[in-house]
Amino acid sequence: MSERLSRVEQALSAARAAGAEAADVVLTQSEGTSTRVRGDEIEFVTQARETTLGIRAFVAGRAGLRCAVASTSDLAAEAVERMAREAVLLARETAEDPVAGLPDSGFEAAPPDLALADPADREVGVETLIESARRAERSAREEDPRITRSEGSEASARLRHVAYGSSAGFLGEYTAASHQLACMPIASEGAAMQVDSWWTVARTRARLASPEAVGRRAAQRALRRLGARRVATCEVPVIFDPVTSASLLRHVLACVSGYAVYREASMLAGRLGERIASDLVHIVDDGRVPAGLGSRPFDGEGLPTRRNVVLDHGRLERWLLDTYAARKLGLASTGSAARSAGSAPGVSGTNFWLEPGTVAPEDIVSSTDRGLLVTSLFGHGFNAVTGDFSRGAAGLWIEAGRPVHAVEEVTVAGNLGTMLLAVDAVGRDLEWLGTVAAPTLRIARMTVAGK
Amino acid sequence: MSPPGESAPDVFFERRFGVDARGLGSVLSAALERHADHADLFFEYTTDDSVVLEEGIVKSGDRHLTQGVGVRVQAEARQGYAHTDEISLESLRVAAGTARAISERPGAAGAVTVRSPTRPAHDLYPVDRPPTEVPAADKVALLEAIDAHARRLDPRVRQVMASLVCQHRTVMVAGSDGTLAGDVRPLVRLNVQVIAADPTGRRREVGYQGMGGRYALDRLFAPEAWQPLVAEAVRVAVLNLEATACPAGTMDVVLGPGWPGVLLHEAVGHGLEGDFNRKGTSAFSDRIGQRVAASGVTVIDDGTLAERRGSLNVDDEGTPTQRTVLIEDGILRGYLQDRLNARLMHTAPTGNGRRESYAHLPLPRMTNTFMLAGSDDPSDIVRSVTRGLFAVSFSGGQVDITSGKFVFSANEAYRIEDGRIGAPVKGATLIGNGPDVLLRVSRIGSDLALDRGVGTCGKDGQSVPVGVGLPTLRVDGLTVGGTEG
Repeated sequence: MSERLSRVEQALSAARAAGAEAADVVLTQSEGTSTRVRGDEIEFVTQARETTLGIRAFVAGRAGLRCAVASTSDLAAEAVERMAREAVLLARETAEDPVAGLPDSGFEAAPPDLALADPADREVGVETLIESARRAERSAREEDPRITRSEGSEASARLRHVAYGSSAGFLGEYTAASHQLACMPIASEGAAMQVDSWWTVARTRARLASPEAVGRRAAQRALRRLGARRVATCEVPVIFDPVTSASLLRHVLACVSGYAVYREASMLAGRLGERIASDLVHIVDDGRVPAGLGSRPFDGEGLPTRRNVVLDHGRLERWLLDTYAARKLGLASTGSAARSAGSAPGVSGTNFWLEPGTVAPEDIVSSTDRGLLVTSLFGHGFNAVTGDFSRGAAGLWIEAGRPVHAVEEVTVAGNLGTMLLAVDAVGRDLEWLGTVAAPTLRIARMTVAGK
Repeated sequence: MSPPGESAPDVFFERRFGVDARGLGSVLSAALERHADHADLFFEYTTDDSVVLEEGIVKSGDRHLTQGVGVRVQAEARQGYAHTDEISLESLRVAAGTARAISERPGAAGAVTVRSPTRPAHDLYPVDRPPTEVPAADKVALLEAIDAHARRLDPRVRQVMASLVCQHRTVMVAGSDGTLAGDVRPLVRLNVQVIAADPTGRRREVGYQGMGGRYALDRLFAPEAWQPLVAEAVRVAVLNLEATACPAGTMDVVLGPGWPGVLLHEAVGHGLEGDFNRKGTSAFSDRIGQRVAASGVTVIDDGTLAERRGSLNVDDEGTPTQRTVLIEDGILRGYLQDRLNARLMHTAPTGNGRRESYAHLPLPRMTNTFMLAGSDDPSDIVRSVTRGLFAVSFSGGQVDITSGKFVFSANEAYRIEDGRIGAPVKGATLIGNGPDVLLRVSRIGSDLALDRGVGTCGKDGQSVPVGVGLPTLRVDGLTVGGTEG
């Protein structure tokens, strides 16, 4: 047995010895190197190593289990034993909950290898990271003389080991890597400055885009923001590029989480089985995509991850659920438990995406007579309870199917429920820039507030 | 300052992990083996706990112990940083070797002698009993009382979520210039979120209130502290059941006192942080001495306010915190500095070098940022607006430092019609341009208030607690992002 798994078993024993009826333990160890280069100069190099062990203890009550979590970054045996006792003591103060508990069954004997790390990448040193950041900086600069400075390019390589075990009879571990390169150049013209960014992220270095491609695309995004101005307040079709449509999709993800649903904190609560979006909208969550950025062989309760169709032709098919949220709603877990060592499980997406359509993104723009292409969203103006959406935006103004000037200092507003129904074009340009991805989308009508 | 007797940070870390002054000096000497301008060590030992209530019961609690140390070496504008959760002289020497690798020139470091600890000039948050030592049963009882109170206040209350979050953090910084400084920081926060529904159950709205700071938990246990908080959360949730769609377009906006100070934080505060200005990437770069706000506007960042969430005795580089004038009567006066950016800009650190934890490099960050009061009667300010928006509370904001554009979202706002506060509106987002928004300030109220102690600021992936404050303020011609023409 690996050292990590035996530590998990020891912590489980400590929890039982402290009086826990049931328990589970998460051990995460991460190590990583990151650097930022600005121009040719190194800004920082950091090396990190962190370990956290978390124990969730259940104690029996008359009407159900009581539960608490304790975690420590000190793995000495006495520290772990003390945390096990603290978890049990704290659990005794919480309420009995008939729904609380570990999954009863459904564990997989041998979770698959999802190719989440490439052993060859372990040899990657800090010099390699510095060099790729330098190359991204250089190609951004060479793209145009108006790229005069930058916020820098960051490259990182991280490895995360996760070991999990529970008294329900599961013990497993996996290792997942994350390699990233991001470039943040600044374009300037006169007194005006605009920053934008582009990045690549993957489980293996072989799957990263080249530093030159990242630098060029980042520069192009910053350059096209020059000359930005406000537009008059209006109602127009609004197109979201893959960066900003993924941001919209994260709002949808928040609304299909089982916790938001049973708490009535989701605008979609009570609408399972209904058509809530245009029939162009298919949304899938799949934790088993090989080398996927959100893939994991088992979830935060040891249950197998799987493919979950969330929206099919606009129809709301299922919530994403861990064991607790599933029991609250009278359903079964969808293998969506997320877990950090320091907290009880919650729900998260794994690889959560909106299926691409067949239209080229350029054709979506050219078929839009007058509207806004949004390339940047900022602010926190989304209310999951009501679906009200109003966020700051920047992008390009479209007249007669062509981008005519950059736009900034405007907001786009609507209600997510109405927006989903009004999706009238879905691009074919799905790009994985994170664990949530969506292609270019057009929403038939939204309010753009400006002058 | 340091806590009395044996829990002084230097004594604590020496007793617990055996890191004495001589050992610190030898690790710092090792860190300076190549040419460097500065090296420092940051130690942290933190206990966090929280209890959360939903559906009328506290279903779970959690408790965490975090310990670690980071070694930093600075050479010109470069920084090498290595951190580990193993606190020992041995692991520190390894980390020092990693951190100094950023320096390319050989050095001539001699021995470093760490001075006896500096006791900070101020003791902003003495607490006898750390909040993490208060029995969990008392915390659970408070949340249950809050739930019952909220449900008693209004039958439309459907869901109550409440949480009590406590932290007790001991930090110590040892620097190659001999600095040895520590701080013991309590932090508490109570959050109440209420979902109200109309009688059909079809329309649901949310209300939120929170409070906290660096003080003993006893204060939050007092009914006169938490009952008004619960009443506020219920009032906003119920009010929003009646709220109509927000107007869209450019209009005059009146900001209420207190938490709307998040405007200052986003619109000007970030743009005045030293790192962006050293690199020339802020919309405020090279503008010291220029007019950036209307006359009468004075903006302060003050890390020395007793018991405030954003306050610190010393920052995370060991520099004592201070009161820094950012804008004085409309003129830009100063930036917020950590050690690195102060050195490179040939100025002094302002006690604003902060980090989320030992696992992060310090950055120049705000503490408590607010505008001084003016002389206008707040109700006159509302009366002065013909058609506009009165924004009382916000859920958060964000800024693009380089273009200066900022945005923030209101969760309690009203139309103003002919000088009178009208119907509540929902989903209002304000957007503007940092370098000119304060030039549009036309009235400043006499009612400066600081927020209740709930702010958290994010930068470069690091979160730190902050405070904001504002008097009632009229800003002419802000863009309001609603849905109604």
